[in-house]
Amino acid sequence: MRNPLSDTIVSIPPSGIRKFFDIVSEMKDAISLGVGEPDFDTPWHIREEGIYSLEKGRTFYTSNAGLKELKSEICNYLKRRMDVSYDPDGEVMVTVGGSEAIDIALRAMVNPGDEVLVPQPSYVSYVPCVTLAGGKPVIIELEEADQFKLTREKLLEKITPQTKILILPFPNNPTGAIMEKEELAVIAEIIKEKDLFVISDEIYGELTYKNQHTTIAALRGMKERTVLINGFSKAYAMTGWRLGYACAPEIILKQMLKIHQYAIMCAPTTSQYAAVSALRNGDGDVEMMRESYNQRRRYLMHTYQEMGLECFEPFGAFYTFPNIKRFGMTSDEFATRLLKEEKVAVVPGTAFGDCGEGYLRISYAYSLKSLKEALGRIQRFIWRLEGKG
Amino acid sequence: MREKILAVIEKNSRIDIKDLAILLGESEVAVANEIAAMEKEHIICGYHTLINWDNTSDEKVVALIEVKVTPQRGMGFDKIAERIYQYSEVEAVYLMSGAYDFTVFIEGRTMRQVAQFVSEKLSPMESVLSTATHFVLKKYKDHGTVIAEPTQDERMLITP
Repeated sequence: MRNPLSDTIVSIPPSGIRKFFDIVSEMKDAISLGVGEPDFDTPWHIREEGIYSLEKGRTFYTSNAGLKELKSEICNYLKRRMDVSYDPDGEVMVTVGGSEAIDIALRAMVNPGDEVLVPQPSYVSYVPCVTLAGGKPVIIELEEADQFKLTREKLLEKITPQTKILILPFPNNPTGAIMEKEELAVIAEIIKEKDLFVISDEIYGELTYKNQHTTIAALRGMKERTVLINGFSKAYAMTGWRLGYACAPEIILKQMLKIHQYAIMCAPTTSQYAAVSALRNGDGDVEMMRESYNQRRRYLMHTYQEMGLECFEPFGAFYTFPNIKRFGMTSDEFATRLLKEEKVAVVPGTAFGDCGEGYLRISYAYSLKSLKEALGRIQRFIWRLEGKG
Repeated sequence: MREKILAVIEKNSRIDIKDLAILLGESEVAVANEIAAMEKEHIICGYHTLINWDNTSDEKVVALIEVKVTPQRGMGFDKIAERIYQYSEVEAVYLMSGAYDFTVFIEGRTMRQVAQFVSEKLSPMESVLSTATHFVLKKYKDHGTVIAEPTQDERMLITP
């Protein structure tokens, strides 16, 4: 029989997170700080709206780009919260999570051989999606010394004549780093000067604990160079609803929509109706969840300090990225031993890029009670490593 | 800071002051002082425990009583309320807008005990015009907490 597989897909390694997941699944009664999703349920008024839409028999397709009502609410929201204006007819589309938006934005923009800059550590799907789109991923290794922000120097260093797109993953999963307005302005200048485009993944945009999040699309001259990606998963605790959106200049969005139209048709209708309620009546819910994450973030940072676990202070998302280099183990070894010896699951930093070596991703999307229990175990583990146990 | 302290301890009054200070990013002393001040100002009126009595072997009956009264000269609603809430059986008294005046929550061991309280103590009071007693059959949610069944974390252990 002939080889049934595509060489491209076979050459892509499975997600590093997957590998660790398999180890954890075998471990019964492990407690986890390994999730990348909120611990809250979707607020009831949102779920209720979804249920109501089902009761009403709204089980049809929506238009490819999404419900008109939802697209309008997305534009209202972006104007209200991010101070950037998009036209609901032509510059916005609703996608199956932010993940789909990343994929189709790349496929709509990349030509063979184009280089796409991917700062790491970052979400696991950027590099494979660039490869699948026929582009060449070029990694920018971010550093703790810069608080894992993208700096002017780091960006300039990797730009070549083939560079076309920069992926901007802030607030960042896994580091929790954010980029503030002045820092984005520096990046924006380079983007314009070098005639590049940005795919800005702002799925954690509502979860910042310093100043309100700024989108690079709101900076002068950047809207026409940016695909803004956001969604409902993190801000409204709606991961399972699979709903995101992309905003882009019409010329780009039109092509993205074409892929979406052929590959997906439309985002889930029930989720779209529910999301309308999220944007109309969900500000209070977001505020409550943000405050709760912020409290746990402080708790984690404080406890790390007490137990001598070095960690730069993250101001976004719901992750911390402690540095474990002083223990002389790789991230993989540390995480595996922590799991085997204390039954606590965390994700090795290397799952998010080679430069995540020496770090762990520890999520605080957990109740204070769970965090306390898990941190107690991590403390015990560290003491043992230090010969104090 | 007050609002934030209250938001946390309203849900978890047993939290250590030390932990509370860490959560809020404030010093322990500042938080302790603020709590002491709120106790003094009677903003914080007590630290109670939410108990699901249905899961104990104790028998308990809770009734909500609608009470209509005639406020008398020189003795407004407050005075009448006081005569009602002084009874130890009375869990809560609210002054209401609408068709009746007070909502009174009574807790007793048996229905007969509650009925006795209403017929012997509450109804005979001079200002009380009428009462309507409703027994609570089941509590689903109390003080913002769903007490019917505990929820479990069903998320996968590791997700990207």
